Amino acid sequence: MNNIILEARHINKYFHDPVTVKVLDDINFIISKEEFVSVVGKSGCGKSTLLYILSTMDTDFEGDVLIDNESLVHKKEIELARIRNEKIGFIFQFHYLINEFTVLKNVMLPGLKLAHFTEKEIEQRAIEKLEMLDIKDLALKMANKLSGGEKQRVAIARALINNPAIIMGDEPTGNLDKKNREIVFDIFKRLANDYQQTLLIVTHDSTLAEISNRSIEMEDGKIIRQ
Amino acid sequence: MNYKLIISIAKSLLKARFRQTMIAAIGVTFSITMFIALLGFMTGLNDLLDGLILNRTPHIRLFNEIKPSVVQPVNLSTAYKGYYHIIHSIKSENSRQDIYNSQAVMQAIKADERVQGFAPKIVTQVFYNDGTVDITGVVNGIDPQAETRLFHFGDYIVSGSVIDMKNISNSIILGKALAERLNANLGDMVQIITVKGDRFPLKLVGLYQSGINDLDKTQGYVYFNTAQKLLGKSNTYFTDIQIKLKDLNEAPAVAKEYAKKFGTQAEDIQTANAQFETGSSVRTIISYSVGITLLIVAGFGIYNILNMMIYEKMDTIAILKATGFSGRDVKAIFIFIALSIGIVGGFLGLIFGFAFSAIIDEIPFHTPSLPTITTYPVNYKAVIYFIATAFSLITTYLAGLFPARKASKVDPVVIIRGK
Ligand SMILES: Nc1ncnc2c1ncn2[C@@H]1O[C@H](COP(=O)(O)OP(=O)(O)O)[C@@H](O)[C@H]1O
Ligand SMILES: [Mg+2]
Repeated sequence: MNNIILEARHINKYFHDPVTVKVLDDINFIISKEEFVSVVGKSGCGKSTLLYILSTMDTDFEGDVLIDNESLVHKKEIELARIRNEKIGFIFQFHYLINEFTVLKNVMLPGLKLAHFTEKEIEQRAIEKLEMLDIKDLALKMANKLSGGEKQRVAIARALINNPAIIMGDEPTGNLDKKNREIVFDIFKRLANDYQQTLLIVTHDSTLAEISNRSIEMEDGKIIRQ
Repeated sequence: MNYKLIISIAKSLLKARFRQTMIAAIGVTFSITMFIALLGFMTGLNDLLDGLILNRTPHIRLFNEIKPSVVQPVNLSTAYKGYYHIIHSIKSENSRQDIYNSQAVMQAIKADERVQGFAPKIVTQVFYNDGTVDITGVVNGIDPQAETRLFHFGDYIVSGSVIDMKNISNSIILGKALAERLNANLGDMVQIITVKGDRFPLKLVGLYQSGINDLDKTQGYVYFNTAQKLLGKSNTYFTDIQIKLKDLNEAPAVAKEYAKKFGTQAEDIQTANAQFETGSSVRTIISYSVGITLLIVAGFGIYNILNMMIYEKMDTIAILKATGFSGRDVKAIFIFIALSIGIVGGFLGLIFGFAFSAIIDEIPFHTPSLPTITTYPVNYKAVIYFIATAFSLITTYLAGLFPARKASKVDPVVIIRGK
């Protein structure tokens, strides 16, 4: 066994609407266990597009992606869903929670789907994650009653629930004020340092890039430095 | 698939859109209610109308018709074998009207597995005499118990009692219209003159109303023993044997077989009442079409609600998919929503449908031709409720299937990017 969590091999991606444009051009990189990697680059250079491919949600690309040494190419939708569920924790720029559920249920949901533990155990773990992020007292609130910063912290707790191999974030601080941004930075730092969590965060926030172990710089669909 | 989780997600989505889902469920309830009430009423009416004739008609009737012998003497002559036979004015011979060897025939019928029961009968023309007036009519010598058991004879007795015709000797039950014409009341003596000119006084012990007035103007019923006495015949004299089979559809085949075996005429119910089948099947088809149309309309209601719900819940679907739920899971969630609308709505529909039927069943409905009917006829056949349940599940499933498919195909990237 090696220490590689994620590997991108010669990824090319085209958009055909309205004309065919190559948005990703021969992307190659490796992320090892316990690394905190940031992806930076100007808006429109293809960062989000890359992240959707790496997170198995976009399957329309050339090349190969390996997560935990498992190739994503030629996998069925249901298998990809399972990889996403088990191996990847995803944090969006906008705080996507399910409004019909409480905070606790939102955090538990991917755990219930994975069903490696009983419902009671999953609830216990969800409470631990919330506690770790200092939002335990929000557990029974409905998701739509939270502030933006609180929602993003709940989303991070949700991403952590299945102890994923890697956490991916697409501009997770892009929509937060300064104070909340700092709270989120702090959480990432703690996850990387105290919990040895592997992280891949897309951002154009230079502070976030600074606290990461390694930065991958993109321009016009290519990696210019890593 | 983790159904417990799927169901708990579906329930939360349902709760969030409680008002709309209630309206969709009410649509199903309404259509199932109407379906059951309509079909219960229609089937009840059909059964009533069919019963009017079919219940009282034997499946097979054995009788002897007077007609010329098929084999005429000239056919037997060897000398004219190769010739055309032209015979004018053939007369029927004085053949017997009763069934030959009736005891043996009845034994054979009784032993037949396919037969539910039979009732022998004597039909004869008579005059009913009222002072100077003679009314042409018919006397039927019957076995009142067999006749009631097989052909509901007792249901049509509007006053007096059926069994009296057997227990009181020389008694008669008259059609109500006939009794009115004869001005006879229960307990009065009625004069009957047979074809041969013999006069018999009979005591009126009951009135009969069949629902067909023409029949009631001419018919009288006596115990078969009495009829044999009227005619001066032996106690084996019967003109008709009425047979009820276990399976009505076998009647034509069995009739053919009996005609050959017993050397009598045998008429089956299908031949005797061909037009009835078509009438009731057309009514049934119409009511089913209306009922099913109602259900389909309710299905569109569910389809709309679900489509709207999916449009509103795009974010939720995207989150579920991004966090590891597959298209199949998402589809199952929305199918479950549709089915629970169908099940709740359908179940209430069954209850209301039954209640509505019960109300119709209580509405008074009197008609002189149907003495036994006092309220509108309603049928509570389980098969109506079964079809309603099956259809509500099928239509809601189909109505849910297309929106659910759409939801399962939602691309989370499009939604997440779209913001
Ligand atoms: N669905 C799409 N169809 C066509 N072009 C697209 C689509 N999505 C993104 N793009 C284009 O692809 C490029 C990369 O976009 P994106 O990955 O969102 O960039 P970033 O996240 O780095 O800002 C942009 O030029 C964008 O306009
Ligand atoms: Mg982006």
